[in-house]
Amino acid sequence: MNLKSIKNLQSKVQILRKNILNMIYYAGSGHPGGSLSCIDILTCLYFFEMRVRPKQPDWKNRDRFILSKGHACPALYAVLGEKGFFSKANFKKLRHINAMLQGHPDRLKTPGVDFNSGSLGQGFSFGIGVALGAKITKRKFRVYVVTGCGELDEGQLWEGALFASHNNLDNLMVFIDYNKLQSDDYNKNILNLEPLKDKWIAFGWNVLEINGHNIKEILTVLDRAKSIKDKPTICIAHTIKGKGISFMENKPKWHGSLAPTKTELKIALRDLNEKQ
Amino acid sequence: MKNNKTKISLREAFGNALVNLAKKRKDFFVLDADVAGGTGTNIFRDKFPDRFIQCGIAEQNMMSAAAGLSTTGIIPIVTCYAVFASMRAVEQARNSIAYPDFNVKIVASHLGLDVGPDGPTHQAVEDISIYRSIPNFKVLSPADPIELEKAFSAILDINGPVYMRSGRSPVPYLYNKSYMFKIGKGDILFKGSDVTIIAVGVMVHRALKAAKFLEKQGISCQVINMSTIKPIDEDLIIKSAKKTQAIVTAEDHNIYGGLGGAVSEVLVKKYPVPVEMVAINDIYAESGEPDDLAKKYCLNDKAIIKSVKKVLKRKNAIKK
Repeated sequence: MNLKSIKNLQSKVQILRKNILNMIYYAGSGHPGGSLSCIDILTCLYFFEMRVRPKQPDWKNRDRFILSKGHACPALYAVLGEKGFFSKANFKKLRHINAMLQGHPDRLKTPGVDFNSGSLGQGFSFGIGVALGAKITKRKFRVYVVTGCGELDEGQLWEGALFASHNNLDNLMVFIDYNKLQSDDYNKNILNLEPLKDKWIAFGWNVLEINGHNIKEILTVLDRAKSIKDKPTICIAHTIKGKGISFMENKPKWHGSLAPTKTELKIALRDLNEKQ
Repeated sequence: MKNNKTKISLREAFGNALVNLAKKRKDFFVLDADVAGGTGTNIFRDKFPDRFIQCGIAEQNMMSAAAGLSTTGIIPIVTCYAVFASMRAVEQARNSIAYPDFNVKIVASHLGLDVGPDGPTHQAVEDISIYRSIPNFKVLSPADPIELEKAFSAILDINGPVYMRSGRSPVPYLYNKSYMFKIGKGDILFKGSDVTIIAVGVMVHRALKAAKFLEKQGISCQVINMSTIKPIDEDLIIKSAKKTQAIVTAEDHNIYGGLGGAVSEVLVKKYPVPVEMVAINDIYAESGEPDDLAKKYCLNDKAIIKSVKKVLKRKNAIKK
């Protein structure tokens, strides 16, 4: 990694944030807060780390990505569209009838999507299954999963946490988009997750912790996870829900499902332009 | 045609089928939720430990992980008790397997009151109804060890999600090796002209017993083993309804949404005739030996005989 690639990724993230907001504006509903908090991670995965072929989405040896917090799919669509998996003209049809881009990801409708996530906890287990299958069939690809923090309330996720470490799935790396907010309120007011790091250590995972909006830190952990043997890696990525948009940051309301008004979109895009 | 082998349970038959097929094909793996002794997969585990994936008592993760495994060219066979396969982890089966249309097969044991002494927590009386209502799932329930092996082989040959039921109590053989099983086709075991009994799983054996008894009384029953419940054999149901003008369904399952519902859906649309349903009457039963439970909760051959007579009365009333 060099300074230039970090700068490129940083400006790419800002473009993708705009795409997310435009997409949700045209959809008239969606989940902006959690899409904006995980977009830096998705950008680093798709524009730096993962081996994928946009013109051959089902390429056998591709690295796999599962957005287990499926409601943040505008972030995934922004990345896939920008990579060329499909035309960006589809952005304006998000959540519309007869459209390619569904309210939650659908692998049968959208090129580049590997799993129909949206029911929380399931993408995490699915990713574990893919990683185990890669081990069994002796394939070299890596599996990346992004979960939400509210998603950690799901019991299934902790079943998977036991299973992945029991099976030494070192080809699996999971990011927790730890924006501290879930649908209704702060995690600490709904179901407290802390001490989160200790929990994952106790479950037998290799645990890393970063600022999930710092490109350099994301790239560093992506690299470091590859050298870990016999353990799955979890990266607790501290993020801000609604990151980059003044009136959205840390506001539970912007979890969604909610779209910005025309005026709000204008302010949001101005916020992003100022940061570029 | 019968052969002379002693009775074995369908779960044991499933374990044997896994071993037999594993010798011929390398593409399937068995997933277990720490109930291998109960589902019969221990037979497979002991012979093919490298193709056996222990998931622990964690059925929800097992379902979704199976979906993931299936994307790497492996056919995952998810095994556990029906009550967990069809309820505890059904949302995973729906959203992780059926909706994305992955090639995962679920094989469940411990069905209905045939579960016996473990009692209502483990007696799945809803599984047919539940899986039948999930798009993309096929639902199978073979009736004897030969049919089970052939059905299992057939579901491995097709792509997409399948829910298959095995069984807990020993059952007699109905078929020999020459039996041709086809997904979506019912099988006429006993030809008759007065009434058709359409049965599934353990009830097929009780239906045959009832038909033989009724034959002596001069009532001619046609007995169908409806081992594929979805997609159901509409042609055979309509043909039999036309022939006998009366139907009795028999299942070790709740009366709502199971085989009786599936058969009736076909009949009301295409050829309405009187139907009586032998099934669990929308209650939780209790512990006890399967045969005693079948008697108490009206699932035995006598209950079928009663329903046959009832449906014949209705049929004859229409004639008048």
